[in-house]
Amino acid sequence: MENFSVFDIVGPRMIGPSSSHTAGAARIALLARRIIAHPIREVRFTLYGSFAETGRGHGTDKALVAGILGFAPDDERIPNAYEYAKEQGILINMIMSDEPTRHPNTVKIEACDNEDQWTEVMGESIGGGNILITEINHLAVELSGDYPTLIIRHHDEPGVIAEVSHVLAQMRVNIAFMRVFRHGRGEDAYMCIETDTEVTEGLQMIMLQLCRSIRQLIVV
Amino acid sequence: MISLTDAFVSGKSLSEYCNQEGIPISEAMIRREVAMGEMTREQIVEEMRKNLLVMRESVRRGLEEHVESVSKLSGGEAMRLFRYAKYEPFSGANTCRVAASAMAVVEVNAAMGQIVAAPTAGASGILPGVLLESGIDRGWSDEQLIQGLFCAGGVGLLFAQNATISGAEGGCQAETGVGSAMAAASLVELSGGTPEQALDAAAMTIKNILGLVCDPVAGLVECPCIKRNALGAANALLCADMTLCGITSLIPFDEVLTAMLAVGHDIRREYRETAMGGLATTPTGKAVAEKVHRFQEFERSHATV
Repeated sequence: MENFSVFDIVGPRMIGPSSSHTAGAARIALLARRIIAHPIREVRFTLYGSFAETGRGHGTDKALVAGILGFAPDDERIPNAYEYAKEQGILINMIMSDEPTRHPNTVKIEACDNEDQWTEVMGESIGGGNILITEINHLAVELSGDYPTLIIRHHDEPGVIAEVSHVLAQMRVNIAFMRVFRHGRGEDAYMCIETDTEVTEGLQMIMLQLCRSIRQLIVV
Repeated sequence: MISLTDAFVSGKSLSEYCNQEGIPISEAMIRREVAMGEMTREQIVEEMRKNLLVMRESVRRGLEEHVESVSKLSGGEAMRLFRYAKYEPFSGANTCRVAASAMAVVEVNAAMGQIVAAPTAGASGILPGVLLESGIDRGWSDEQLIQGLFCAGGVGLLFAQNATISGAEGGCQAETGVGSAMAAASLVELSGGTPEQALDAAAMTIKNILGLVCDPVAGLVECPCIKRNALGAANALLCADMTLCGITSLIPFDEVLTAMLAVGHDIRREYRETAMGGLATTPTGKAVAEKVHRFQEFERSHATV
């Protein structure tokens, strides 16, 4: 049974018309922006399923652009997101796809940052404004955005998970949820750790120094 | 003895918990939220106050400004009904104003304005329409209105946990139906009714529209959603009145929820938010969808910035 808050029932505050097609879309793009971290120059959105079919009427495209600009799902600038993107010089491309996907409300966000690095994020709007990031750069993840999240890329070998969780414990960071993924035995592996408190930049530096098996650390 | 943890398991346990503690549903809801540990009591109340303010502004905007939806299918009808309320309407001036206020919010929603989902965006008009307009008549303070919102949240929570609040899963009964149930319960609590009575009012609203399908024209949250919010508001008023005069629901709240979920699952997929049946596939519904689609194509070809 899902643990609803009263604000899931009377709420969220949002820009209409649809919690899944507008608010959810905005949240996916907002999270993608946090994953990318660097200033964004160009974004290519590919909309699938119901996002592609009824997205325009629901302002899904505007919500996605707004999210990339860092606007919250209840920001009244959402209807004019294209103009704000233009002002900031961000190139926007909106592609409607009829390819089938696992979930009907799916979007692929490919963004190029100011260092010419492309990042690809796949997200699903799973209902009521709730979302799931399902892929980051082709790696399968499960990320809700409800908690501060660490994504750690590391070598798949015994003891790494213990090491990371030990360091987090030492830094008094409580793990709310944790999942591990890997490409194959002994290859690249990933940890997706949702925490109760933010992992500050200082803490990130300490983690990188103490946990030698970490290859990459993404904070969302 | 019912613990707070078990209070929201069912309508029966919620009213037992409330009676044992001598509190209304709203207070039980606040206690549960505090126990979740994310916010203090003061923060929780302040958060709900923000919702109240956004609700009030969305009603005002829909009744005073000329709103038009992105698809250009809707807007302005709430304002029309609200003005008509002065001319001795058959449904009564108060019902007309409440229904118009409910429509106002969903028109603002369709125009990409700011609203509060209650429990969803498609049903976002009923609770603010009913509560705010009744509040003006009765002179309820913001504190009382916030109490009403917590009561509504508590009742909605039972639907979310034991039935559904998703049109895609349960049809329109799960969206505007639950919105009405929440609104009716809050009126009963604010008028001094017992928790059992609040739940009875909620049960009656659902009984009245059991099986209502979700068949949005062109897949948009406009037709028939906006007018169904008007009906949902009237349904809430009537069920609150029936309860307050002493009428009870023969079928208890929890059993109504079970029936609602079963009926929702029996509703064919075509009638659960897919726009593949009902009003959406009438000749006019299809023609409107085609028009909206062509407009989208036009916008799409001009979209790249």
